[in-house]
Amino acid sequence: MKVVNRLRLFIPLMIFIGIAIFLVVALDRDPNFMPSALLDRPVPEFSLRILGDEKKYVDRNTFIGEPSLLNVWATWCFPCRLEHPYLYQLSSQGVRIIGLNYKDNIVKAKNWLLEMKDPYALSVIDNKGKFSMDLGVFGAPETYLIDSKGIIRYKHVGIIDDRIWHESLLPIWKSLK
Amino acid sequence: MVAEYGHFALIIALFLALMQTVIPQVGAYTKNQLWMSTARPLVLAQSLFISFSFLCLVILFLNDDFSVRYVAENSNTLLPDRYKISAVWGAHEGSLLLWVLILALWSLAVSVFSARLPIRLVSRVLAVMGFISVGFYLFVLLTSNPFDRSLPFFPLEGSDLNPLLQDIGLILHPPMLYMGYVGLSVAFSFSIAALLAGNTDSAWARWVKPWTLVAWMFLTLGISLGSWWAYYELGWGGWWFWDPVENASFMPWLVCTALIHSLSVTEKRGAFSSWTLLLAIIAFSLSLLGTFLVRSGVLTSVHAFASDPTRGVFILTFLVIIIGGSLLLFAVRGPTKKTTSGFFRLSKEMFILTNNLILMIITAVILLGTLYPLFADVLGWGKISVGPPYFNLFFVPLTLLLGFLMPVGSVLRWKKTGSINLRRYFNVPLVLSVVLGGSLPLYYGSYEPVSMVTVMIATWIISITLRDIWQKSICPSSILSGLVRLNASYWGMVFAHIGVAICIIGVGFTSTYSVQQDVRMEPGDSVKVAGYQFKFMSVSPYEGPNYIADQATIVITKNKSVVTTLYPQKRRYLASGQTMTEASISSSIFRDLYVALGEPLKGNAWGIRVYVKPFVSWVWLGGLFIAIGALMASLDKRYRRRAS
Repeated sequence: MKVVNRLRLFIPLMIFIGIAIFLVVALDRDPNFMPSALLDRPVPEFSLRILGDEKKYVDRNTFIGEPSLLNVWATWCFPCRLEHPYLYQLSSQGVRIIGLNYKDNIVKAKNWLLEMKDPYALSVIDNKGKFSMDLGVFGAPETYLIDSKGIIRYKHVGIIDDRIWHESLLPIWKSLK
Repeated sequence: MVAEYGHFALIIALFLALMQTVIPQVGAYTKNQLWMSTARPLVLAQSLFISFSFLCLVILFLNDDFSVRYVAENSNTLLPDRYKISAVWGAHEGSLLLWVLILALWSLAVSVFSARLPIRLVSRVLAVMGFISVGFYLFVLLTSNPFDRSLPFFPLEGSDLNPLLQDIGLILHPPMLYMGYVGLSVAFSFSIAALLAGNTDSAWARWVKPWTLVAWMFLTLGISLGSWWAYYELGWGGWWFWDPVENASFMPWLVCTALIHSLSVTEKRGAFSSWTLLLAIIAFSLSLLGTFLVRSGVLTSVHAFASDPTRGVFILTFLVIIIGGSLLLFAVRGPTKKTTSGFFRLSKEMFILTNNLILMIITAVILLGTLYPLFADVLGWGKISVGPPYFNLFFVPLTLLLGFLMPVGSVLRWKKTGSINLRRYFNVPLVLSVVLGGSLPLYYGSYEPVSMVTVMIATWIISITLRDIWQKSICPSSILSGLVRLNASYWGMVFAHIGVAICIIGVGFTSTYSVQQDVRMEPGDSVKVAGYQFKFMSVSPYEGPNYIADQATIVITKNKSVVTTLYPQKRRYLASGQTMTEASISSSIFRDLYVALGEPLKGNAWGIRVYVKPFVSWVWLGGLFIAIGALMASLDKRYRRRAS
C-alpha cells in the first residue's frame, strides 16, 4: 500500500516529462515553417456552402479560370480584423479573393461582412474545419495563392499588410497573371 | 558609463544570488547557525545591486542613450517621460530585468517578515528563491542583456516604443502581473523547503497562506488590467481573446485559486497536505511556463513581441531543472499519509476538493488548448490551432458549475454539516435566483438563456453569501457587534465570492446585450444605437507629444438630453509612422459607450465604429472585488501570531 501511495506521487512528474518532450521537439521547429506538402498541388476536393447564400454549394472548380487568393478568416480571430481593411483595398484593385470562413458562427460572420465591408468574391463556410484540415490550415488568418488551374502556389501565415504584399506575395501573384 | 555600472551591478547580483543559494542551504543541513544567518544579509545585498542595475536602465532611457541597443530599439526623444520609464519593461530584455528585480524584492519581503519563523526554514526558503534568481540572472546576462552597446555606430534617434504600449494600462500591467507570477515563487519555495526538511504540517500552511493571497491579489489585478487595456486600446471592444499569453497568466491564477482553498483545508484540518504542496509547485511552474511560452517563440501570438530560439533553449533547460527537479523531490519526499477518513460527507472539505478538481480541469483544458497547436505539429497532424469556440465550450459550463457550488461550500461546516439546517439556508436564495433569473433579463431586453443562467448563478452566490453574513452576525448584543466579530479572512472570502458573481454578470450581460455598428458618417450625420443618438460633429487635427491625430467630436444624446461627448482619435506616430486607433469611451456602471474612428472614406466621410456595451465594467469591477478580498484575508490576525 505504501509503495502504491508513493508511486502515485510520481504521476505529476511523468506528465511534466511528457510535456517537456513535446516542448523540446517543438523548439526545434521554426514557428513560421509550414509543411509544403500541398505546394504546387491542386486545391483539395471540397463541397461547401456559400456564406450569405447557404443553399448553394461550391467546389474546387471555383478556383479554375482565374488566379485567386484564398483567405482563411473568422470573427473570433483578432489579427483578421487588422488584416481586413487591406484585403478590401486589394479586392478593390481587382484581386479576386475567396474567403474561407473557418470554424465560425454563421450569423456573426455575416454581420462582420456587413459591417466591415466584404472583400470576398465569395466566402465558403467551413465550420467543422474539415476542408481547412485538408488544406493544412494552422490558424487564422492565412492566405493561399492559387493559380488559374486551381494549383496552390504559395502559402502565407499571418496577416497581409502593404509590406508583406509587396515583398512576398505580389511577385508571385504577378507571375500567375 | 551608466550602462557599464548597470551591467556590473547585475553581475555582482548574480554572484550574491549564487551565495544565497548555497551558503544558507548548506548551513540548514549542517545546522550551522552562522551560515544560516547569512541568508538575510545576502538577500538585502542582492536586492540593492539589482535595484541599482534597474535604476541604471531607467536613467539610460531618461537620458536617451541610444548607444545602448535596447534603449534605441524601444525609445525615442519625443517619447513622454512616463512612457520612457514604462519602455524599460516594454520589451524582452527589460521585462526580464523587472522579473528578477521583483523576485529580489519578494525575497527581501520574506526575509523581513519572517522573524517569527524558525531560522532553518527561512534559510531554506531564501536559498530556493536564490536558486531561481540565479537562473534568471544567467538568462539575462547570457542571452538578453539590456545593457549591450551598439558601438561604434549607434543611431542618433531611437525607433520608438510600440504605440500600443504607450498607455497607462501598460505602465501598470506588467509590474502587477509579474508581482503575481513571481509572488507564487514564495509558496513554491516554502513547499520545496518543507519537502527538503520533511515537515509539511499545518503550521506550514499557515505561513504560506498570506504570501499566496498577496500574490493572488497581484495576479488578479494584473490580469484585470491587461484585459481592460485590451478593451480600450485595441479599439474593437473585445476584452478577452484566449490568446496564448492571456492563457499563460490565467492558468497560474486558476491554480493559485485552488491553492488558496486547499491551504485552508491543510491549515484547519491538517488534510490534503501533499495535494497542497503539489498545487504550490504547479502554480509557480505555470508562471515559468508562461514566461517560456511568451519568450521562446514556440507559440506565435499577438503578444509575442520577442522570440528567439536560443533563449527558448535556455528557458526550457531552466524549466526542466526547476519543475522537473521539484516534482521529483515531491515524488520522493512528498507525504503519503492518508487523512481522508470520513471525507465524503456533506462537508466544507468535500466542496473544496470539488472546487479544486473543477479548477484543475479548467486549467488542464486551457493548457491543452494553448499547447494543442504544438502537440498537433509534433505528432504530425499538421499545424492546427483552436480558437475561442473551444475554450468557451468548456470554460463557460465549468465556471457556472463552480459558481453554483461555491457559495454552498462556503457556508458548510468542517467535517460534517447536518442536512436539516441546510434546507433553511438555501430555500430563500433558490427562490430568489429563479425569480430574478427569469425576470431580470426580460426586463433588460430580449430573453437569452445565457443571461438568464448568469443572473441565476450570480443571485445564488450573492444571496447565500449575504444570508450567511446575517446568520453569523446574529449575536445577543447587536448586529453591529456581530459583524465586527467576524474575522478578516471571512470578509476576504465574502468580497472575493461576490467579486466572482459580479464578473459572471458582467461577462454574461456584455456578451449577450452588446450592440455594435460600423457606419459611414459625414459631419452632421447621426446614428441611433440601442437608444443612444450618436451625432458626428466634426473632425479636427490634434497634436500630441509624439504623434499627430485626427480627432472626431461625437455628441451622444438620449431622449434629447446630452449624455456625453466623445473624442476618438486616429493617431499617426511620428517616429515609426504607425497609425493607431484611440477609442473614446464613456463608462458608467450599467453601460459603456464606445466610439472608435475607422478609416477616412471618400469626401468628408469616415468609417466609425460604435458600441453600446452594457455591464462591461463589471468584468473588471469583479476583479477588483476579488483583489480586495485577497488583501483583506491576507491581513487576518492569525497570520501574524508568533509560531510556537
